[in-house]
Amino acid sequence: MTTTPTTPAERELTERVHAALATGARPARPGAVATTLAFGWRGMLKIKHVPEQLLDVTVTPVMFLLMFTYLFGGAVAGSTGDYLQYILPGVLVQSVLFTAVYSGVTLNTDVTKGVVDRFRSLPVWRPAPLVGALLGDAVRYAIAGTVTVVLGVVMGFRPDEGVAGVVLGMLLVVVFAFALSWVFTTLGLLLRTPNAVLNAGFLGVFPLLFISNIFVDPATLPSWLEAFVDVNPIAHLVTATRELMDGGASAGDVGLVVAEAAVITAVFAPLTVRLYRRA
Amino acid sequence: MTTHAIEAEGLVKAFGTTRAVDGVDLRVPRGAVYGVLGPNGAGKTTTIRMLATLIRPDEGRARIMGRDVVREADAVRGLMSLTGQLASVDEDLTGRENLVLLARLLGFRGRGARARATELLDAFDLADAAERQVKHYSGGMRRRLDIAASLVVTPELLFLDEPTTGLDPRSRLVVWDIVRALVGEGTTVLLCTQYLDEADQLAARIAVIDHGRVIAEGTPGQLKASVGRAALRLRLLDPSDRPAAEEVLARVAGAQPVPDGDPAGLSVPVPDSGRAAAALSALDAAGVGVADFALGQPSLDEVFLAITGHHAEDEEADG
Repeated sequence: MTTTPTTPAERELTERVHAALATGARPARPGAVATTLAFGWRGMLKIKHVPEQLLDVTVTPVMFLLMFTYLFGGAVAGSTGDYLQYILPGVLVQSVLFTAVYSGVTLNTDVTKGVVDRFRSLPVWRPAPLVGALLGDAVRYAIAGTVTVVLGVVMGFRPDEGVAGVVLGMLLVVVFAFALSWVFTTLGLLLRTPNAVLNAGFLGVFPLLFISNIFVDPATLPSWLEAFVDVNPIAHLVTATRELMDGGASAGDVGLVVAEAAVITAVFAPLTVRLYRRA
Repeated sequence: MTTHAIEAEGLVKAFGTTRAVDGVDLRVPRGAVYGVLGPNGAGKTTTIRMLATLIRPDEGRARIMGRDVVREADAVRGLMSLTGQLASVDEDLTGRENLVLLARLLGFRGRGARARATELLDAFDLADAAERQVKHYSGGMRRRLDIAASLVVTPELLFLDEPTTGLDPRSRLVVWDIVRALVGEGTTVLLCTQYLDEADQLAARIAVIDHGRVIAEGTPGQLKASVGRAALRLRLLDPSDRPAAEEVLARVAGAQPVPDGDPAGLSVPVPDSGRAAAALSALDAAGVGVADFALGQPSLDEVFLAITGHHAEDEEADG
């Protein structure tokens, strides 16, 4: 057996490894921002290498927008054009929030594959892998949102508040999704497999999305259901987004959404970080 | 400055009612490979995860280069690298991207991070595969990338958890060479393995772990000697000399020689190489010609079985 390298190839390998080790001096430790951005960059790379994940994100809103507008538009709102005007901000919310579930799935995949062990053994700011990944996810949210809005405009959506209103509306949705994704990362660390996270995530999000004001005016609902919509944070988000895009925005409605996002983050971000430390 | 890379006392970790690690003590000297040998489920990986700050011990304490793994976890992380049993690289990313990411996380910036990645890809023979996603790598390439990822910054201590499990023999030898090169550069390596020849090849000292406890510790030689079955094996020039040889060997070695299947062959237990040399010169003086001789130590396989007693019957039969 080879106690010392004997063949020229082995000697060469040993020399190269030596050379690489000799230059491996430790640079100054990076700050929290640099580390977080590096993890965000990883998220971008994953979009580049696994574009399939964008498929879910873009196909779902396209499907919902086409289906609901042309199937129910006439029946619900009297015309497909009016209905599109009503549902587009809601479909935007819906497509972005569906995407947020994937934040938990991605994290769970990292844990099961073992790459989290590597990250946790590095001398870096502890929450950086999580915050960085969610920043990367925010780009996915923006893509899902843009697809929805562009398709909507092609189909005839004309927001009263113009481009500025749409941008503000999307911003609010992305902020809320960022907050909500902490719930899914918590789930991602509690459940055993990526699939379990996906199922549990959708199971939780579905009723919240549908029992809201996305597709119908809550006034038409039975009173007990309307009461649920009144306290549903996703309905609050839809209301505020609609106002930002279509006019009538109030500081109260937008502020409520921001406050809810802050509360969700304050509860679930520390919980995720805690669970991550023990993952 | 302490003399040991790792000092662990009474480490315990339980999962539910199972005590995966049940009071492990380790003292790992600096600058060498220290082997942790044991079968699957012996507690090797759990021990590594405690030492690498990934999980907290339930009881006991451990220090890496004098720093406590619980109270000074962050300092410990700055001293060591971990190559886990699972592939601890991102399969969706390319080899280069993985290394650039780690370089950035360890403080290299922009161009410096890219240069460091290129350097490591070249050193580990991965330049041709640099732009390919890791999920398309062979087992050997993945392992090399995994180890390269642990060396973006040269660590004081490297944890290698079963680095050659599932590798073909050629890739195995390459990993061994890399480990030797590392130690040559001054890094301490804690090597967990279930392969006895691997520990024998690489490790200066070995701890044998079974059921969450260290059941034996020492150099490979000491462990083998503790089984005490080193033997001088001979083949004579003339088979008819065998009775004479047996008489000489019995006198010099102080143990009964054992003839083997080959009519010219026999062996005799000897305590050390000095006694073997004495036996050889005694044969020479008695005019018994020796065609061939070897001083054989028991293999670590035999040692392991002897200590754990798992396969005591097989071990008897091996005699």
